[in-house]
Amino acid sequence: MEIIVCIRRVPDLSEAEIEIGRDGVSLVDDDLDYDVNEWDNFAIEAAVQLKEQHGGRVTAMTVGDEESEDVLRRALAMGADEAVHLVDDAFDGSDALGTATILQRAIADRPYDLILTGAISGDEARGHVGPMLAALLDIPMVALATELSVEGGTVTVRHEVEGGLERVTRMVLPALVTAQTGLNEPRYVSIRGIRKVSGMEIPVLDAGDLGVDGSRVGVAGSAVTVEEIFLPPRGEGAEMLEGSEESVIEKFVERLQREGAF
Amino acid sequence: MREIFVVVERSGDGLEESALELLTAARSLGEVTVSAVLTGAEVADLASEAARWFDDVYVFDDPALSQPDGDFQSRVLAPLIDRRKPFVTLVPHTNTGLELAPMLSVRAGLPLIADAMAIESCTAQDSSAGVACLRAVRAMHGGKVQARVAAIPAENGVMVSVRPGAYAPPDAVPGTGGAVHPETIPEGVAPRRQYVETVAPEPGAVDISHAEVLVAVGRGIEDEENLEALRSLADAMGAEVACTRPVVDRKWLEKTRQVGTSGVTVRPRVYLALGISGSFQHLGGVKGDPFIAAINTDPSAPIFGVADVGIVGDILDLIPLLEEKIRERRG
Repeated sequence: MEIIVCIRRVPDLSEAEIEIGRDGVSLVDDDLDYDVNEWDNFAIEAAVQLKEQHGGRVTAMTVGDEESEDVLRRALAMGADEAVHLVDDAFDGSDALGTATILQRAIADRPYDLILTGAISGDEARGHVGPMLAALLDIPMVALATELSVEGGTVTVRHEVEGGLERVTRMVLPALVTAQTGLNEPRYVSIRGIRKVSGMEIPVLDAGDLGVDGSRVGVAGSAVTVEEIFLPPRGEGAEMLEGSEESVIEKFVERLQREGAF
Repeated sequence: MREIFVVVERSGDGLEESALELLTAARSLGEVTVSAVLTGAEVADLASEAARWFDDVYVFDDPALSQPDGDFQSRVLAPLIDRRKPFVTLVPHTNTGLELAPMLSVRAGLPLIADAMAIESCTAQDSSAGVACLRAVRAMHGGKVQARVAAIPAENGVMVSVRPGAYAPPDAVPGTGGAVHPETIPEGVAPRRQYVETVAPEPGAVDISHAEVLVAVGRGIEDEENLEALRSLADAMGAEVACTRPVVDRKWLEKTRQVGTSGVTVRPRVYLALGISGSFQHLGGVKGDPFIAAINTDPSAPIFGVADVGIVGDILDLIPLLEEKIRERRG
């Protein structure tokens, strides 16, 4: 079975001090930590597990700058057989359709049975690249998988729907599935594991190699323009308690009691 | 007048709340007519219900459409958009909309703005000819950054997926009813997904949806072992334990304790949020405007934007202190 897993390198802002760049549309990224997108990590694990069960080959792909090679090495260390890096200045600033278009060009001419992606990326948080890629390839897809199995040329997916319910859906391969967090338990990647794959060749493909029209991707091809990014208005916000640990906890508990919390 | 499409979802036998929220969003775009687009099986009553609210209702009523299927729906709806060329097509940013919107945008050739919290019509900044555009505000990076984005409609318009709850439903049904237009599935378009079953939480599982007081925990709990202190705190308060998605993903607590858009909707009086950043996916499940008390190490966590009272601190240090103080007061 040929499995392609599409991944992305994203900044982790959970503990970061956020600063907006002078251009008003980007973050100052000097001190940001980057890692593989959380959802994508579950997609890689699912791909590797399916290969272990059924045999075949896992190819990890990313659209991203030179630094994005990190997440491909990480995927190789987790058990992907090969990686493909799609990089070109013309790709910078692609919107979801631009990214999906680049991936589609890279995938269309290869054999594939199953394509896995993360359901959302933690940075842009659109959740669009996977379904757009499926539409461009004209294959069926299911979003937000929480369980996944392959049997006899079909993939059966348990996936989240509204109201805390889940639905089970079956598709004939080739198909695309986007991974929800919790789909599996992604294996640990050690520094030693990364070092082991450091010698593996990662083919780099640019717009010319892919036959991608530069005007359809990147900033030029983005139909959606970011005018400005900003920190969310706080509104009233919480009354923040300050002082010694003892005194803030005392005040906090007093407020809870007044509201009838105990 | 410009036509706005609203793709409506079903909820049991009725319209999903988002349908009327998106109607409000559509009407905010100025002088418009608003058309509902409905797919389903045996949905004649639902179409009539939609016609009470919308100016027009395009309905695909077919057994093949009984289950939501973004792939199939996108291929069914694309020709309708191509024919009507609405200025804007609004889709709810739900789990189902997450499949439908991107696929439909590709098939109908529409620029797509994702997960909008507010929309407005605008005139393109770099255009002297006054080209119409659509502007939206959306959240990125787990709600820590927002973006103002704009798209110029293509020939078939522009699509926006709108965050549930971002707009309020209209107060009253408009005076005049709309027209229902039956549509048929385009020739040669058939489902490619097979529906197997719907899975509900196991009966007998804990039900937090009616709990008065919830002690909810997120990533800040760091380790499964630390849940013992949390349970002890909840015991001291006579509260139920709830949590965010990452805690369930790690299988530290049951799925039935997960609060959020893909978990349980709760309506407590008091919500104690411990080590929870406050993503939209989580807070979307907290209804009824409870008193929210929050503790988080990150002073810029979105939870402090909605909480009533907050402490910047490490819950692992503070949970035992909280319990001690509460037990003292309870005597």
